Amino acid sequence: MMNMVEKQSMMVQWLGGLGRWCLQSIEKVGDASVLSAVSLAHLFKRPWQGKHFVLQIYALGVGSLIIMAITGAFTGMVLALQGYYTLAKFGSESLLGSGVALSILRELGPVLGALMLIGRAGSSITAEIGIMRVTEQLDALQMMAINPHARVILPRIIATTLALPLLVSIFDVIGLAASYVVGVELLGVNSGAFLGEMVAKVVPMDLYAGWLKALCFGFLVGVICTYMGYRAEPTTEGVAHATTQAVVISSVSILILDYVLTSFFL
Amino acid sequence: MQSYRKVEVIVGIFVLIGVLSMSWMAIKLGQIGGMGSSGYTLKATFSDAGGLRIGADVMMSGVSIGRLSSIALNDDSEAVVTLEIQKGVHLSTDAIAAVRTKGIIGERYVRMSQGADDEVLTDGDELEETESAINIEDLISKYIFQGKE
Repeated sequence: MMNMVEKQSMMVQWLGGLGRWCLQSIEKVGDASVLSAVSLAHLFKRPWQGKHFVLQIYALGVGSLIIMAITGAFTGMVLALQGYYTLAKFGSESLLGSGVALSILRELGPVLGALMLIGRAGSSITAEIGIMRVTEQLDALQMMAINPHARVILPRIIATTLALPLLVSIFDVIGLAASYVVGVELLGVNSGAFLGEMVAKVVPMDLYAGWLKALCFGFLVGVICTYMGYRAEPTTEGVAHATTQAVVISSVSILILDYVLTSFFL
Repeated sequence: MQSYRKVEVIVGIFVLIGVLSMSWMAIKLGQIGGMGSSGYTLKATFSDAGGLRIGADVMMSGVSIGRLSSIALNDDSEAVVTLEIQKGVHLSTDAIAAVRTKGIIGERYVRMSQGADDEVLTDGDELEETESAINIEDLISKYIFQGKE
């Protein structure tokens, strides 16, 4: 009898924990939305933070260029290699160009690009803002009548949103070029068939879908990473925890959002 | 201030490279604003357009001369396809449009054959002569049932 009661109370506790977790998550989503909305509202207010947008695009966008190029090149190369050996079994190597192009433009470019941006730039955003919080720089800004939403958060969200479509386009072009080198130069697929199929199968919608994905992912990365840093617990562990969380949460949300967006575009 | 100028220039170069990549893909791969706008469109009615997809090639003598831009069903339950043909390609009014397959398991495309008429088709015209898709299943079943009779 006692055992039964104990079991019940354990069950209640577990359910309570689950409920608390859900409520806290919803609260965080709401908090992040309000924070980014308040920050974005500063886009239409003076003083104009143009200089800080440029500085952030430099730090987050230009800084991620090399890693994007390397990721893009090797993604294209491995796709061509894998695709070739699969297609060769059916004697349809000529489809290699379209297969590689569609995979890169629709899926791999935006998703891998966003994941690289999270690793390279997202983590640094969270750590930077978190340390600003620890060292009370955010309070200092406020003391000087500089709004931290306008000065710290907004430029970073804008920078990731604008930079990711550009980075993804560069990723795509480098990936396609690399797949051409492997497919045509190394594996000996007919150059005309490779390029012809590529051009024939890619429709404008594929490009729009890729760019829209990149835009949404960039915005999401900006919002999540700035929020995690801004609300980080002002301790050393707090910043470390927030940075880890920012990377994990933004990566997972990118993958989920990718499925949702893909289902809209098919 | 000097270093901020440098940052500005580098960001400018970055944006330029990004926009160039975007436009290269748009023009070369998506053919946005390129071929589509400078050509003309024709309509063709097929009793069976099975396997045709938007973006399928339109070919004449094995040369790509355009793309299929839409497929719809008309009131007589026939498939009406819209073909975008490149500028400079002249098709006679009695040209034949046929749904064909690239190879045995390849995808479907529209094959155009030139007619004998001197008049050429212009934007919005409809192709009179069409041949529908050849369905291998139909051919096989016809063969089987012939053998049984």
